[in-house]
Amino acid sequence: MAVWLKSWRERRAPWMFVLPAALVALATLVPLAYLILQALDAEGQALREILWRRRNLILFWNTLRLVVGVLLVAAVIAFPLAWLTARTRLPWRWLVTMVGVLPLAIPGYVMAYALLGLGGNYGALAQWTGWAPPRLSGYWGAVFSIGLYTFPYLFLNLRTALMGMDPAQEDAARCLGAGSLETFFRVTLPQLRPAILAGSLIIGLYVLGDFGAVALMRFETFSQAIYTQYALAYDAVYASWLALLLLVFTGAVLVMEARLLRRTLLHKVGSGNRGKLGLLRLGWWAIPAWFFIGSVFLASVLVPVATIVSWLFQYPEGVRWVDAWSALRGSLTASVPAAFIAGALALPIAYLGVRYPTRSTRVLERSAYLAYATPPLALALAFTLFTYRFLPGIYQTLPLLIGVCALRYMAESVGPIRSALYQASPRMEEAARTLGCTPLAAFFRVIFPLVVKGLGVGTALVFLSVMKELPLTFLLSPLGFETLALNVWNFANEAMYAEAAPYALMLLVISLLFVGLLLFRERST
Amino acid sequence: MMAPLLEVNNLTKRFDRRLPPVVNDVSFAIEPGEIFALLGPSGCGKTTSLRMVAGLESVDSGRIRMGGILLEGNGKPVPAENRGIGFVFQDYALFPHMTVNRNVGFGLRRLPRDERRRKVRRALDLVGLKASAEAMPFELSGGQQQRVALARALVAEPKLILLDEPFSNLDAVLRETTRVEVRNLLKSTGMTTLLVTHDQEEALSFADRLVVMNEGRIEQTGTPEEVYNRPRTAFVSRFLGRTNLIDGEARGCMAETVLGRIRLDRTIWGRVLVSLRPEHLTLRPWDERANRPPGVIVGRAFKGHDITYRIRFPDREWLVHTDNRTQFQTGDRALLAALEPGVVLDDPPDSVAVSTPPEPAEIAAGA
Repeated sequence: MAVWLKSWRERRAPWMFVLPAALVALATLVPLAYLILQALDAEGQALREILWRRRNLILFWNTLRLVVGVLLVAAVIAFPLAWLTARTRLPWRWLVTMVGVLPLAIPGYVMAYALLGLGGNYGALAQWTGWAPPRLSGYWGAVFSIGLYTFPYLFLNLRTALMGMDPAQEDAARCLGAGSLETFFRVTLPQLRPAILAGSLIIGLYVLGDFGAVALMRFETFSQAIYTQYALAYDAVYASWLALLLLVFTGAVLVMEARLLRRTLLHKVGSGNRGKLGLLRLGWWAIPAWFFIGSVFLASVLVPVATIVSWLFQYPEGVRWVDAWSALRGSLTASVPAAFIAGALALPIAYLGVRYPTRSTRVLERSAYLAYATPPLALALAFTLFTYRFLPGIYQTLPLLIGVCALRYMAESVGPIRSALYQASPRMEEAARTLGCTPLAAFFRVIFPLVVKGLGVGTALVFLSVMKELPLTFLLSPLGFETLALNVWNFANEAMYAEAAPYALMLLVISLLFVGLLLFRERST
Repeated sequence: MMAPLLEVNNLTKRFDRRLPPVVNDVSFAIEPGEIFALLGPSGCGKTTSLRMVAGLESVDSGRIRMGGILLEGNGKPVPAENRGIGFVFQDYALFPHMTVNRNVGFGLRRLPRDERRRKVRRALDLVGLKASAEAMPFELSGGQQQRVALARALVAEPKLILLDEPFSNLDAVLRETTRVEVRNLLKSTGMTTLLVTHDQEEALSFADRLVVMNEGRIEQTGTPEEVYNRPRTAFVSRFLGRTNLIDGEARGCMAETVLGRIRLDRTIWGRVLVSLRPEHLTLRPWDERANRPPGVIVGRAFKGHDITYRIRFPDREWLVHTDNRTQFQTGDRALLAALEPGVVLDDPPDSVAVSTPPEPAEIAAGA
């Protein structure tokens, strides 16, 4: 391995950074390759039957319109919020940022459970007010439960882009005779394109992979069908084909995104920033603005929390917190080790990408993201089939679950580590080298202390994701293994909303605490 | 005399009610074809004034009139996009997602394509960037970006062009040559120009006339020579280069000062504050017969074509520029003499601390 790396460039990346990255890439690629081989194993006649099922078309159409619907909901919420926080003098803007970020703590399936538990004759609304609107389910139920959960990804990207844009550009456009609408469409919007694409990509990938919310809402998509085929019909071949089709779909989305992004190279030209002068005073428009912000907060955070709490009080024979605690322990035994392993894997990958940006390291880095882009049920299926066939010793064991979770969510921790690494100049490492340190010693004595905060944030993000994780746990967990997420979904799926409530509440409290902590940290730095 | 192209009357702007106005009762007029500068330290309100002329900042009170059209002052400000005023921003504000060609053509969207192309090509030719037409802004150097910004503003054929610290992002070598080029370009097109800068040398060499601003107010208006040679206030005399301020008792066109009797630039009686530039002073050898005590040379900086001395008297230090033929050394005793009449300032004599002239940088930072 080191040899071909050397042929790419003279300054060779140290093997102790290349090796973990290469292992991560291999660990993802091999099971996926096996999944593809498995699928291709089908006989010609059977294959034709599988591929030309009308059901595939329905699944495709459903998945596509779910993606579009969720993106629309996210855009309608995220655009105004981002604009308000980045471009106006609205007081308490950090509160608006909170409103834009906190929903990340409420996973799609909890949102779906809350929406299901809200309407209907026995729903929370009926209990509070006596008014029983029909229960939201199916397509619109899935769209809202996922949209309200994922819009923060778009919001954060838009906000950063808006804040980084030079307000003088909009002034320049106006001095050249463009009105405010023309300025928005010709100057502002084109520059937001990378942010829109990046946010939409994350959301799109999430929708393709989501299983919990769509299953609760009884809306059939590829992910949901994979689960049904594998876990209920035990048809591994058709399940593999569905996973393969979903992978192709995902690949198409990635290619499309890359093509759209290719011609937008945005460099801020010049260095001026007028800061506060560019911010708009809202005046009386602040009232509708706060009304909008309040509605978003109500729908995305208050309603689910209130619904869950109200179901908690309906618990038939008193809440059995003992069960909830044991499920919490299950969640923790998976998410804590997964978070640390992910952090340990992400560090060398981020380091390679920042310090040795060559084509070969970029390939390694990309393949580390592969697991993240792969829809979780497809990934889980690949690992299940692979370990069942080749590594029966770890098939359906806790270490496998932890390993796959770490592999998939590691990508989330690369970002914060990378930003921290950019702050640590290579000159510092060189200084340490001239003072007698080996490369490894220089890394641990000089660089590591500087990135340890970024590492902490990255690890926390992975912890949070694995806590909320559902589909991987479904296929990979050992028999009888319980987590908060599993129990919420299982009870909600049986319409036992009261029974699901304590698990959901516990999950929300932990998630909200963590998201709040991360936000607070960002604000204080 | 032609009617002025731009007339600004009693312009006032306040950002915070608890603070004094950022722009306070500012008035000036610019003739067609003139290059006019607003000069002042940072925070003096010059950029805000410029932005109000462009229509990018709202006006609290006052009037702005261009070519007989009222832009501000009747409660219905003309929006920036309808003013026909070009603006070159300090950081150029090029659109990073457009090529040089499309940046320059941005304001010409309503023209037919052929005409637009022709105009863009001519504008790029004018600034010497025809070869970079298809480049993206980030591929250009700072100086080239600046010229694109200029071409983009010029191509729309504005009546007036505004330059906001246009040379401050260029390095020192490039700044001087670019300044000359841009000035020649503006003069050859007959463009009326309003420039904002904190660099006194830039304002003096670039502008036909200029306004010196301080804390939102106009201190003085005039040609570079007038403002430099006959500053009206201590602030102006210090901001435009170094000066020695002295008290004196004026009797007509002469005044009694610590330097003895010196000539004044105008006739006045009573106590006055007088400015004497270092180059308007010289040193004379001291001997026992002189009726005044000598000063001691405490600093000497040889700069090639001239020498700067610091000379200490019991009460204060003085700054003197002489040609390189004077031969005093540190520690020598010498007398001061004025070569030119002292400039009588409007400030009352006791309002300004009469002391060693500080470096211009210190004034800018302190103001």
